[in-house]
Amino acid sequence: MISFDSVSKRYPGNREALSRVTFSVDNGEMIFITGHSGAGKSTLLKLIPAIERPTSGSVVVQGQNISAMKASALPYLRRSIGVVFQDQKLLHDRNVYENVMLPLAFSDHAPKEAARRARAALDKVGLLDRELSHPIQLSGGEQQRLAIARAVVNRPSILIADEPTANLDDDSARIVMEIFLSFHQVGVTILLASHDQAMMRRYGGRVFALAGGKLTERPAEAAA
Amino acid sequence: MRSWLRHHRMAFNSAARKLAAQKSAAFASVLAIGIAISLPLAGYILLEPLRGLLGRVALEPQLTVFMKQSAKRDDADALGRTLRGDVRIGSARLIAKEAALKELASVEGMADVVSVLAINPLPDAYVVRARDTAPESMERLASELQALPGVERVHADSLWARRLASIAAIGRVALMILSTLLGFGLIAVTFNTIRLQILTLRDEIEVSKLLGATDGYIRRPYYYLGVLQGAIGGAIALIIVLTGTYIMNLEVGVLADSYGSSFRLPFPPLADAVSVIVYAGLLGWLGAHLSVSRHLRDIEPS
Repeated sequence: MISFDSVSKRYPGNREALSRVTFSVDNGEMIFITGHSGAGKSTLLKLIPAIERPTSGSVVVQGQNISAMKASALPYLRRSIGVVFQDQKLLHDRNVYENVMLPLAFSDHAPKEAARRARAALDKVGLLDRELSHPIQLSGGEQQRLAIARAVVNRPSILIADEPTANLDDDSARIVMEIFLSFHQVGVTILLASHDQAMMRRYGGRVFALAGGKLTERPAEAAA
Repeated sequence: MRSWLRHHRMAFNSAARKLAAQKSAAFASVLAIGIAISLPLAGYILLEPLRGLLGRVALEPQLTVFMKQSAKRDDADALGRTLRGDVRIGSARLIAKEAALKELASVEGMADVVSVLAINPLPDAYVVRARDTAPESMERLASELQALPGVERVHADSLWARRLASIAAIGRVALMILSTLLGFGLIAVTFNTIRLQILTLRDEIEVSKLLGATDGYIRRPYYYLGVLQGAIGGAIALIIVLTGTYIMNLEVGVLADSYGSSFRLPFPPLADAVSVIVYAGLLGWLGAHLSVSRHLRDIEPS
């Protein structure tokens, strides 16, 4: 489903974020990516929906080589990948329902079907009763759940999240992780970047550690 | 197809909402566009009567040979034969004095004057078209025709019409330059409005791209915004010009009536009015296209 082959990423100034990273992820897997701040976790995740392009090597997602993909084809790839950003990127001038409707606006769903999907996604993350609230009126945990609802409303086969539980209290973090787990249980491939070693032990899955742009795989038990 | 139409409807609604949300800024923009378009449109209204006049007069060099008042029809026929036999003359058309008087009576305000005349003061005349229209040749021909029996006077009456046509042509060129400049002005206003919109909605555009919106989906509302702004500006221009023409006609009417004329400045015909709105909308689209092409490529998700 996802395969990185000797992928390097250099930013201007010759700073190397990733160095010859190679790994692959099968359908329905749950992957944790850990590492210190600046280790390259966000860069790695951004390569999957082609928000960033590799400097060298190849990234293949759902059989498509991202490195060689035309810009006009990217929107269709991105619709099949749900992304929960570190800063959530919610639209604060729109209410909860309108935020979740955004990805459905440019898909081909009929209005009734789009509304049904949006409410189902909000129901899934427990925000159906807050659909008329604005993001600013939500707690940090609720905002994160809203970001997840928006990421999954198009029913993606891949869900990636960058530090989804950072800045959340334990209860909110647990609720957010339970939501990811429920998507994993129905076959969605999940990649999560996180610092939280205890959480990785609790939820299992493969763990990739990034340090100095190099990637190594460790069993979850050894992640501590 | 239904999905495509739905996306266009959504884009149009989004553009209308954006325009409505700007309130005073949007009003200022469409008013500026309206005033800009109204200037060449007003010029068109003022030049239109001149165009009608020029359409009725001959602009090719020609001579009018007036016969003596005392000349009989036989003299006129004899002169006609002489003129037609001259190889330098392409055609010679007789305007009989009776026909000339009738034509004069048909001119606005002249019917009353003609009706009180005891006799017809007009002479028979020939309108002569020369084969060689060079000024020197025309001058030589005129002086020779002047010497023919029964001829009172020869008049090169195309000169004033040519001058009028030249003035009208200058007016048209000036109007074209003004229209072009103000057309660029409209494009610039739209370009800037769309640029500000894009900057204001930068976050929304970035998030939409991240979530899989195509460039077409993102661009569409801005195209509609440009078209709407241009078309509304065109409609405002029409309102300005129609109102201005109505007010002007109140005074033009008083002046024209004093000459016994029913002349009034013309209102633009419906087809021209619709064209103004359509062209303004197209220029708005062009401004939006330039702005969107220039500014959207700068916004990439990060």
